[in-house]
Amino acid sequence: MASAAERVLWRRPRLAIAALAALPAAWFLGFYLAALAALFVSSFWSVDQLSGELLPGWSLDNFRTLLTEPTYRIVAQRTLFLSAAVTITDALLAWPFAYYMARAASPRGRAALMAAVMLPLWSSYLARVYAWRLILSHDGALNWALHLVGLPSQSFAYTNWAMWVVFSYLWLPFMILPVYAAMERIPQSLLEASDDLGAGSFMTIRRIVVPMVLPGLVAGSIFTFSLTLGDFITPMLVGGPSSDFIGNVVYTSVGVANNVPFAAAYAVLPLLVMAFYLMIARRTGAFEAL
Amino acid sequence: MRGFAYMLLASCIAVPALAGTMKTIGKGEGAVNIVAWEGYAQDDWVKPFEVQTGCKVNHKYAGSSDEMVALMRQGGGSQYDLVSASGDATLRLIAGKNVQAINMSLIPAYKDFIPQLQSPDFNTVKGVHYGVSYEWGPNVLMWNTAKLKTAPTSWAVIYDKAHAGQITIPDNAIQIADAALYLSKNEPALGIKDPYELTQPQMDRVEALLKDQKSLLKKYWALASDEIDLFKNGDAMVGAAWPYMTNSLKDAKVPVADTIPSEGATGWADTWMVSAKAAHPNCAYQWINFVTTPKVQAQQALYFGESPANTKGCAEMDKITPGSCAKYHADAPASYFEQIHFWKTPMKACGNGHNDCLDYSAWQQVWQRVKG
Repeated sequence: MASAAERVLWRRPRLAIAALAALPAAWFLGFYLAALAALFVSSFWSVDQLSGELLPGWSLDNFRTLLTEPTYRIVAQRTLFLSAAVTITDALLAWPFAYYMARAASPRGRAALMAAVMLPLWSSYLARVYAWRLILSHDGALNWALHLVGLPSQSFAYTNWAMWVVFSYLWLPFMILPVYAAMERIPQSLLEASDDLGAGSFMTIRRIVVPMVLPGLVAGSIFTFSLTLGDFITPMLVGGPSSDFIGNVVYTSVGVANNVPFAAAYAVLPLLVMAFYLMIARRTGAFEAL
Repeated sequence: MRGFAYMLLASCIAVPALAGTMKTIGKGEGAVNIVAWEGYAQDDWVKPFEVQTGCKVNHKYAGSSDEMVALMRQGGGSQYDLVSASGDATLRLIAGKNVQAINMSLIPAYKDFIPQLQSPDFNTVKGVHYGVSYEWGPNVLMWNTAKLKTAPTSWAVIYDKAHAGQITIPDNAIQIADAALYLSKNEPALGIKDPYELTQPQMDRVEALLKDQKSLLKKYWALASDEIDLFKNGDAMVGAAWPYMTNSLKDAKVPVADTIPSEGATGWADTWMVSAKAAHPNCAYQWINFVTTPKVQAQQALYFGESPANTKGCAEMDKITPGSCAKYHADAPASYFEQIHFWKTPMKACGNGHNDCLDYSAWQQVWQRVKG
């Protein structure tokens, strides 16, 4: 004997779906959108310098400072430039790796390679960044190896080059995995058909492989770009004297300067950048490749 | 009805206690809530304190002076009883009326303090004590003795092109005072009297010096371990440091030495302050008395790598680790102490009665501009 509630839900299936969706929707609205809205609203607030108390209001001062003070433009440019550089580097590195894994490796070799790609993700982010500090430092492993083969020593440590290397290493798995998934989905028959119709391997790659892998590549780039864009620990640990990211300025604005509204205003910038990026990514079908 | 009468009575007693200073230390309230620097509430002395006084210690570690100020103001200021504020936070707490005056006759160890830490201007205003000094340390010039054979005697080495790419200084806006101190001696025409009281033209010169220095730096260090790594791995050979780094590096067999150069040095001095609305004032006073005893002063100094305010802490330090008193300059003569310009909050009101100095928020902006 079905209960009254069950009968109602059976007769009105939409109500059942709404009830099911209510919890995730509440979570999304409450935790996610509400937090974003609070961030956006507080970016118009200001701080009383003497008492350190927050003064609600609708002042554009924070945004004016961001636009007129060249420091913040330089920091934003550095952040965006490095995010782009890391994304391109990872895309280039992931391509041959994913191709070999999807098309050439034996099932056993594929499993081993997959484990090798995933392995760094199981260790602490901090441990990996500190490891790179030891590798790149003046008396570190890299210089030791360079000396062994008679090459002059490098001085990458604590520069933006060091950040580029470390970021590219850190986020590479996030690029390899979607590219590999896209690569694996290309039917063998398509490649054979291309061959039968007289296309050379270059033509096949250009006309078949690249277009089919592109959504995966864009999906991976969402990760590498946004993860670099939002980071502040790697610049702090391996960066040099001119390595502050947007995240570092946000961090010191909150923790040191006690100026939460200014931090909120600056944090709006990466949000806008990512919104724009995702809009473009959606057009390439990257979301289906995730 | 009777309960209400008691409440009235209690509030009558409580009001003068809030407005004035404590007259006597009464029975503990059973708990005390502390905001402190990391390592300032170690079990080594918290446990014995709890056993002796029955005050349970609840601590919250803060990462910066600004965080401490924020915590002491949060929830109307009654959430925490005590804070171990550094000199760049104390005046802000006093100005904001967040802390209460201290009755020094209730702090027996006070008479044994280094004279300069009995009524320093960062915790004593117009003769009123707003806190009890705790521990102090200098920001020293440290160098690698294997790479820099002649011992430097001036801060000029960290602005010198000869060491380009091998210099490191702290990533902290208060570091501006170090550059100002250097300029006060080497460019007297600027007229810098106090490195924490800078007018706009003086700050412009300091900013220019710091921007020139940036191209010579390996890194602005954020954590003590950053600088230790830089020296250990040969990335830096000279920099601004704490005695703690020198000691850690020497223990790791890295050839380093430190000094207070001829211009003098900046330094930190921490102060225990009691919230104006402390819910557990008796336990708070008992805590201050406990941690200013020579033994705890010595334990704290050795744990953190700093020096006690209580002169009797010296003998206790040597008891725990022979030679440690001299190592941390806890027995240094007054002349050593005089060279240190302790951190204080930069304010608009200059010591000379003018109102044209730059406040701390302006300092933070300059620091961000320098780092770029």
